[in-house]
Amino acid sequence: MALSHERIQQKLAEKFGQENLQWEEQFGLLSVTAPKEMNLKILQFLFDDEEMAFRFLTDICAVHYPENNGAELAVVYHLHNLVENVRLRLKVFAPVEKPDVFTATNIFPGANWMERETYDFFGVNFVGHPNLRRILNVDEMDYFPLRKEFPLEDQTRIDKDDEMFGRGGSFN
Amino acid sequence: MSEQSVVHHLPLPEGSIQKQTTTINLGPTHPATHGVFQNVLELDGEVIVNTEQTVGYIHRAFEKLAERRPLYQVTPITDRLNYCSSPLNNMGWHMTAEKLLGIQTPKRVDYLRVIIMELARISDHLICNSIVGVDTGAFTGFLYVMQYRELIYEIYEEVCGSRLTTNIGRIGGFERNFNDTAFQKLEKFLKEYPGVQQEFENLFNRNRIFMERTQGSGAISAERALAYSFTGPNLRAAGVDYDVRVAKPYSSYEDFEFDIPVGTTGDNYDRFMVRNQEMWQSMRIIEQAYRKVQDFKGAEAEVFHADVPEYYLPEKKDVYTKMEALIWHFKIIMGEIDIPKGEVYHSIEAANGELGFYLISDGGRTPYRLHFRRPCFIYYQAYPELTRGGMLSDAIVTMSSLNLIAGELDA
Amino acid sequence: MSDLIYQGRPVRFNSNIKTVEPPPGVEGEGFFMTKLNEVVGLGRKNSLWPLPFATSCCGIEFMATMASHYDLARFGAERVGFSPRQCDLIMVMGTIAKKMGPVLRQVYLQMAEPRWVMAVGACASSGGIFDTYSVLQGIDQVIPVDVYVPGCPPRPEAIIDGFLKIQDLVANESLRRRNGPQYQALLAEYGIQ
Repeated sequence: MALSHERIQQKLAEKFGQENLQWEEQFGLLSVTAPKEMNLKILQFLFDDEEMAFRFLTDICAVHYPENNGAELAVVYHLHNLVENVRLRLKVFAPVEKPDVFTATNIFPGANWMERETYDFFGVNFVGHPNLRRILNVDEMDYFPLRKEFPLEDQTRIDKDDEMFGRGGSFN
Repeated sequence: MSEQSVVHHLPLPEGSIQKQTTTINLGPTHPATHGVFQNVLELDGEVIVNTEQTVGYIHRAFEKLAERRPLYQVTPITDRLNYCSSPLNNMGWHMTAEKLLGIQTPKRVDYLRVIIMELARISDHLICNSIVGVDTGAFTGFLYVMQYRELIYEIYEEVCGSRLTTNIGRIGGFERNFNDTAFQKLEKFLKEYPGVQQEFENLFNRNRIFMERTQGSGAISAERALAYSFTGPNLRAAGVDYDVRVAKPYSSYEDFEFDIPVGTTGDNYDRFMVRNQEMWQSMRIIEQAYRKVQDFKGAEAEVFHADVPEYYLPEKKDVYTKMEALIWHFKIIMGEIDIPKGEVYHSIEAANGELGFYLISDGGRTPYRLHFRRPCFIYYQAYPELTRGGMLSDAIVTMSSLNLIAGELDA
Repeated sequence: MSDLIYQGRPVRFNSNIKTVEPPPGVEGEGFFMTKLNEVVGLGRKNSLWPLPFATSCCGIEFMATMASHYDLARFGAERVGFSPRQCDLIMVMGTIAKKMGPVLRQVYLQMAEPRWVMAVGACASSGGIFDTYSVLQGIDQVIPVDVYVPGCPPRPEAIIDGFLKIQDLVANESLRRRNGPQYQALLAEYGIQ
């Protein structure tokens, strides 16, 4: 029997309570939003359950929404059930003052570098990660560059004039 | 993956000649690393005890850069992800944008895209396999096969004008119809390449030295490969037949008949063989696509893009004569087209695996967030597991047979 | 082009070859007398040993340049080395990120005089399309550069043209340049002794 979106919604609501979960479906991909404390429980359930069997972690990334006070950083997990060929997106939100999210490396060893990249770009602190250091940027960098408040260009360069490059600040 | 962050000079067991392991630094500039990434190896003699990777030596901040650019300006950035097969990345990005915008491309465009994508796949696998040959000491294969890569580059040049970082195609199709020269060069390729591939395989496949170098080293089992989120030829060499072209077909791949080659042990030899077989399958697909394209006659044969005036630049003669075309031209060039709000994840089977594009738009003119799911980055994590217990020279061959492209690793 | 038949197959020999003029000098039976720097320049320029510092896409165009279609070895760059101690010319091909800058500088410092630097591609010349926080805006922020080859990536013909310009620089360089005050001042600007 193919795994349908209604079945996924039903099982997750039974196990975790409908009040905790918000559902969305965009372009054929079902997306569930859950509180950040439950992310490991949900991932473990989706992994272990024989019917759900979301045993392939496609990707982990984060998005910064500066306007959502208290839930600025969204950590997005893309999961894939290879047998039934069904994908699922799990989102958890964390406040930017205390962006602690439990690490998924115990369930998926492949989450290791994905979480390091998310930490490097957004500052999401994955609790329990074996080696949470910067991976792509220089180790001495003291800010998290992909957050919206930081600019793209290096502010210390002196040879390029922003005005000449059309970056006077009006076109963003 | 190593549990501690930076531990060098690990103690060796009692009775060993040395008391602690030798630490060697491989990279970031090294003839063996094809791209810039660093491996710090802990060796017990020549046997590898542990490795630790440092990446990011070519981090160019693509994801932040994409937040600044309208959709069609993101294409040149996607070129630089896996630069050995830029058309694949370009097509994947265009399909992601089309998914978000709800654009349906005509069949002829799909078939032309398939031709270009499979040519790019062949060109990437050629580099990977010939470099595996170079790393085991066989330079001839590389020189011989590069000539046919030049022919593939010439086909790209006929369509888009450039060889390597192609920026080929547009949202909705292609920038120009494939002219007769492009089809002639494609026919020449289809005629001559099978002989070349056969000679390349004769040189390596049953070559005793090559087999003894590559078999048994860098092996990974299917369960561990899935746990590390491997995709692409590396996963298929381990035995799992997951291919995005079959799982979630895009660009009319369901109209084509092709096989998915699968290996057994996931070692270097299997990866090499899987890539060779994939090149044969790509040739099959290109032949089928070429015949399908030839079947379009008359007015249908002139179709090379979908009808999306908001994202596809109108023809210059229309811009000079018609008002709507002028307005669309102005709006597109000045970047004043608003992207509809939405969140889409689209993935394609790139040469290294599942290349995913996670695009979030909040209704502005540029993406709110664009994340690339890069296969190289994800499977390079498994490198310590692949090399532990093996010899140093096997580690070099493993690194090149994994097809690590630094641009895709770091983005 | 003259045509022959050899073992049943047509063979073409290129008899339209161009000879290069010898440097100005005095010639006699069994000897040729010219200035030392002419001979040294001629010898150096036709046997440069490049160090391909290939980081990204331009590196693939370099591979195409070294391959048989565009063959850089015709110009004497047959032996590409990866050890800076043994090479004359460092060809920096590809984007240099800020993380890679110290590595590039260290490799440059390990090269022995006389050494030349060629920045291949837009990223090595000026940062290219990547005006971001993590990319060095041109390698001339860290090392002195002799020739810049623009392009993204430059065609193999362009890389060969840059190489020919390096050869011109090598041939015409004064033998005393590396010890002179101007060069020392240039290195001092970069903080290199």
